[in-house]
Amino acid sequence: MLQEEARLELKAIVGDKLFKDDPESLVTHSYDGTPMLQALPDAVIYPENTNQVSDIMKVLHRYRIPVIGRGSGTNLSGGTVPVQGGVVMVMHRMSRILEVDLDNLTATVQPGLNTKEFITYVEGLGLFYPPDPSSMAVSTIGGNIAECSGGLRGLKYGTTKDYVIGLEAVLANGDILRTGGKSMKDVAGYDLTKLLVGSEGTLAIITEATLKLVPPPKYKKTMLAMYKDLYGAARTVSKIIEQRIIPATLEFLDNSTIRVVDDFAKLGLPLDMEAILLIEQDGEVESVERDIASIEAICRAENAERVSIAESQEEALKLLTARRSAFTALARLRPTTILEDATVPRSKIADMVLEINRIAQKHRVQICTFGHAGDGNLHPTATTDARDAEEIHRVEAAFEEIFEAAIRLGGTITGEHGVGLVKSPFLEWKVGSVGIEVMKSIKQAFDPLNLLNPGKVFAKESRKRVVINRG
Amino acid sequence: MAEPLTQTTLNPLAQKLRLRLDEDQLTNCMRCGFCLPACPTFRETGFEAESPRGRIALMKAAVDGILAPDQAFEEQMHNCLGCRACEPVCPADVKYGQLIEQARDAIEDHTVNHRWWVKLSRRAAFNFTFPHQNRMQWIGRSLRFYQKSGLRKVVRGAGIMKLFPKYMREMEKILPDASSRGVVEQIGSRHAAKGEKIATVGLFRGCIMDVLFTDTNIHTVELLTEAGFEVVIPETQNCCGALHAHSGEAEGARSLARRNIRVFKEAGVDYIVSNAGGCGAILTEYDHLLHEDAEWEQDAKWFAKRVIDVSDLLVSHGRVPSFAESSALPLRITYQDSCHLRNVMRSSNAPRQLMSQVNGVEFVEMKEADRCCGSAGIYNLTRPEMAGQLLEHKMENANATDTHYLLTSNPGCLLQMKHGIEQHGQSGQMQAVHVVDFLYERMKKQK
Repeated sequence: MLQEEARLELKAIVGDKLFKDDPESLVTHSYDGTPMLQALPDAVIYPENTNQVSDIMKVLHRYRIPVIGRGSGTNLSGGTVPVQGGVVMVMHRMSRILEVDLDNLTATVQPGLNTKEFITYVEGLGLFYPPDPSSMAVSTIGGNIAECSGGLRGLKYGTTKDYVIGLEAVLANGDILRTGGKSMKDVAGYDLTKLLVGSEGTLAIITEATLKLVPPPKYKKTMLAMYKDLYGAARTVSKIIEQRIIPATLEFLDNSTIRVVDDFAKLGLPLDMEAILLIEQDGEVESVERDIASIEAICRAENAERVSIAESQEEALKLLTARRSAFTALARLRPTTILEDATVPRSKIADMVLEINRIAQKHRVQICTFGHAGDGNLHPTATTDARDAEEIHRVEAAFEEIFEAAIRLGGTITGEHGVGLVKSPFLEWKVGSVGIEVMKSIKQAFDPLNLLNPGKVFAKESRKRVVINRG
Repeated sequence: MAEPLTQTTLNPLAQKLRLRLDEDQLTNCMRCGFCLPACPTFRETGFEAESPRGRIALMKAAVDGILAPDQAFEEQMHNCLGCRACEPVCPADVKYGQLIEQARDAIEDHTVNHRWWVKLSRRAAFNFTFPHQNRMQWIGRSLRFYQKSGLRKVVRGAGIMKLFPKYMREMEKILPDASSRGVVEQIGSRHAAKGEKIATVGLFRGCIMDVLFTDTNIHTVELLTEAGFEVVIPETQNCCGALHAHSGEAEGARSLARRNIRVFKEAGVDYIVSNAGGCGAILTEYDHLLHEDAEWEQDAKWFAKRVIDVSDLLVSHGRVPSFAESSALPLRITYQDSCHLRNVMRSSNAPRQLMSQVNGVEFVEMKEADRCCGSAGIYNLTRPEMAGQLLEHKMENANATDTHYLLTSNPGCLLQMKHGIEQHGQSGQMQAVHVVDFLYERMKKQK
């Protein structure tokens, strides 16, 4: 419970209806999409414009109250769980598209705007905003920016950071910061725009964003290749890139995922396959046809057991079913689903998958792996039950080893979900003690009182890294 | 600092919730939030507590001892429309509909402070009226007397309706002419198939359906026999129990279910056909409703897997007759999904497919046709404000289709659409009609 003076001041800013601290509101802002995390905030507030955000921040700053910015609460790293209490600031009421500039191909939007609504809107104007996280039907642009969300189109089109060119954000003391703008080139000082993208709500509250739009591809073709040999699939991925082809989508399912998906969707997939690759190319008709033909040749040269190329939209949708139902199929297997995003250089995918399988076996847990093979971003997904403490302990031990393996193979602990709470003990493994110190200094410069999403990114204590020396 | 999430002693309602709520389903919700954009009350309010994820979190917090469920908790459980649009979009297949009914059942069991008139009217409706079709028909006769005898003119003229709440006043205007004689009394209980018989189907006539929309029941029989089905209408069938189940009267729903299962089993039918999404949905869930009843469990499964909506049966197994519009004008039609037909019976293509087959008719898809219209059983009576908001948005989309007919497949939705057209319709050109009636009027009968 906040002290009475602070409550009254906050209510005076947004009105009685948009400041809530009843038990129901606190409980319903105590979690996000991350399993097994819950902590109650002291209040929830719903600002309607930048000035309100600034006024709220001034009050919170004066009373030293933490603040957690929140979109739809879909993140998978515990990024919006209010572990130190404070006020959850829900951005849903700032959800307008302020401008689409057809001369400069930019859109300026508020952070609470739903990602899919935005994508559909710009598509209606004949334009394209590529970042497509799996949660886009639910998530907000502000949340995507805070987490630097990726998605299936990341390989060819990049992720959220490649499309944010200007921001308005409110600092911990209530000051309003403007970064970047509509200029495609801008080297005036440090790149604060890119710094704020992916800062997980620890540096400022984003209140407006200018996004880059691109012309949409004219044509698209989808294909599927199945392999009995994991390395054949992995070599296919490397060869495609080597031949200077960047597919729009290059997705991967491992054997355990294939089994689960087939059992769920009854697709009649061959269960003895070690890997399925789902590949899409888009662009001009001739170049797409040429690329797909080259990719097909590579698949066959790498001993793909089956290669199917969709000749129609319906066929394409059918081929996509296996990948699309992966998450759903896994989520229905057991009560608790833990989805991670360890990422390796794409040449190391086969090694990483084998490591994951070995680790899962060692700890006697079920981990299925699928993900974005083209950019090395895998989703090892554990299916378990939060009520079984002993099993959860084994799952955690397995993931710790998976993070270690990813780093050993030259990769990272998180490709697109963010550090948040869950991966903060492992951050130092990736960025080193020097990296941590630099990041802490940046945090200190923006938020000296540690009020913005405290307890995230930086752990009280880093995990001791046990490097397995396997000769 | 965050308050520690320690378990406290459960208050009496929390104890009831712990007994009733399915713990597996509560754990299955992984809080991904995919249900948020599908939820009408979340979309209207933007408050997480008004979403399926939020409501499940509240239930779980109550059971875990993190939240002491209070008046606000009860209100929140009743704010849900029960449209179940959250279920098809849930990756983890959480049975939200079951959870909300279990929560309401616990609340109803716990609540001792209903005011006397609420208690009395609940008893009158749930125990003495809906379960007895002859009493429903008596109401039908009274309503018919009111509508036909001139009494309605007197009441309206004298301004008596002004004494009723606004919503009741508005509904009185659009209520169709009631019938004192149901489908069996009018056309009999057994009807031979035209041509070679495909299967024998039992018609579920519905309690309100058979009083307010008797013609729709008759037309359903005509469509089915024309398409090659033998139709029987077991006379001793009763109300489906949906309103009971949705209002926390699970035991009442179960006893109705047992009677229906018995009479349809005795009738020896291949399918049990419903023409009301709201009834059909609960009929398909009799297996869940009676899953703890060892004696009835098997029969309930037998029943549940035979239930099918009339449109679905026609499309999947029938010899669909041809339909043609007789007027020369190009006719435009649109469709409002029945939430329970779409989200529980998972039927959305069949009605659209049938409508699109009518010659000389253009089908226009309405924006957000899959979103609840606000009728939601008796929600429009208990939460008129939210129901009104939803209806207003619905009618904006309906008007934008610029069509002559707004078709639907459930009596509650149909009344709400008529109400919507009366309130927000444009220039009186649009009519709300049941899909079955629309098709029947345009069916070319076999000689």
